[in-house]
Amino acid sequence: MTDRSLVQIAFYAALIAVLGLVPKFDLGPVPVTAQSLGVMLAGVMLGPVRGALAVLLFLLVLALGAPVLSGGRGGFAWFYSASGGFLIGFPVAAFAAGFVMRITGRLNILVSSALAAAIGGVLVLYAFGIPGMALLGNMTFGQAFSFALIFVPGDLIKVALTAVIAQTIARGLPSALVSRS
Amino acid sequence: MIPVYLPLDSWAHRVPAGFKLVILALSSVLLFQVVSVWVAAGAFLTVLLAYASLGRAGLEQLRLLKALKLFAAVLLIVNWYNGAVMDGVFAVLRLLTMVLAANFVSVTTRMDDMLAAIGPVFVPFRWIGLSERKPALGVTLVLRFVPCLLQVFGALREAYRARTGKSSSWRLIGPLGIQSLRMSDHVAEALAARGGAEGLARFTALAGATGRSERVSKRRNDGI
Repeated sequence: MTDRSLVQIAFYAALIAVLGLVPKFDLGPVPVTAQSLGVMLAGVMLGPVRGALAVLLFLLVLALGAPVLSGGRGGFAWFYSASGGFLIGFPVAAFAAGFVMRITGRLNILVSSALAAAIGGVLVLYAFGIPGMALLGNMTFGQAFSFALIFVPGDLIKVALTAVIAQTIARGLPSALVSRS
Repeated sequence: MIPVYLPLDSWAHRVPAGFKLVILALSSVLLFQVVSVWVAAGAFLTVLLAYASLGRAGLEQLRLLKALKLFAAVLLIVNWYNGAVMDGVFAVLRLLTMVLAANFVSVTTRMDDMLAAIGPVFVPFRWIGLSERKPALGVTLVLRFVPCLLQVFGALREAYRARTGKSSSWRLIGPLGIQSLRMSDHVAEALAARGGAEGLARFTALAGATGRSERVSKRRNDGI
């Protein structure tokens, strides 16, 4: 791993943390945080391996007790909370997003990154988050699934944002789109 | 960034970090084996007492439970619907106990002690030829990048307000990404110019061996 990769990984880990500081907005009764937008971006911009490493570094900083989750929360506690399954799924989601970005390398960036964010940041992430909620909450998978559905509209907004950001950066600073170079 | 750590001098602060982590891991496994709701309630009370032993600052920590209220309510409703209210109470108790216990470790352990305690996790790095120092450098970089990113965003927002009169817009995301990525490029170059992640260690080891540390530190002060 070169020093440049290390800095890139740390940059996206910090970006995920900063997006946690962005005030959440409410879509109806459902709070939407920007945190998983950072996970999608890490995968889309850095590719599978470095994207997953960036998220792992973020989780390490979280475990050390820095307040990097939305609402200024931090520390070990949140791995055990309802969103624990999502936290564990974060690195896999970034890996999947980076992987999709790589295999769709011939599509244009807007389409390719939207696809990557949707598969990694929604499908794969929920595949971890829903069993986590069901296990911790003594619910059936169906019930956890329907509870998770209320977060989908917010996540689709993040997918669209990821695609727009990836395209903007690809135009303004092409070398930053590591997953395509 | 202010860590969740509470700078107190309590019994819990003096327990070694590694020991606290082992106890936390063991109790989270054990709590899933428990079948009686009374044992879970006892565990919950024990954790509350632990916070009380830290004094007022400890009890103030309990406000973090507010973040869990939505999920706790859903749990109770779903289990009530399933016809097993007590299972719902049990699940909520277990959730609250584990979150509070884990947070207790965080508030009583300094970040550097925590990093030292989980250090053994990074030993495998050495087997594949990577440095164990890289995760620690990565953590430092993350903590330093966060205020820098906020600063870039703040400057962009001020400029936007001067131009339009509005406070902020999603349009700022593009320039924020490009400007902050450019900044991170500079950081990468600066790191490489100083010999990379291993640089300082190699440098000081060399200087110590040849007894030229004074000259080296002078050069470092000159910004090399």
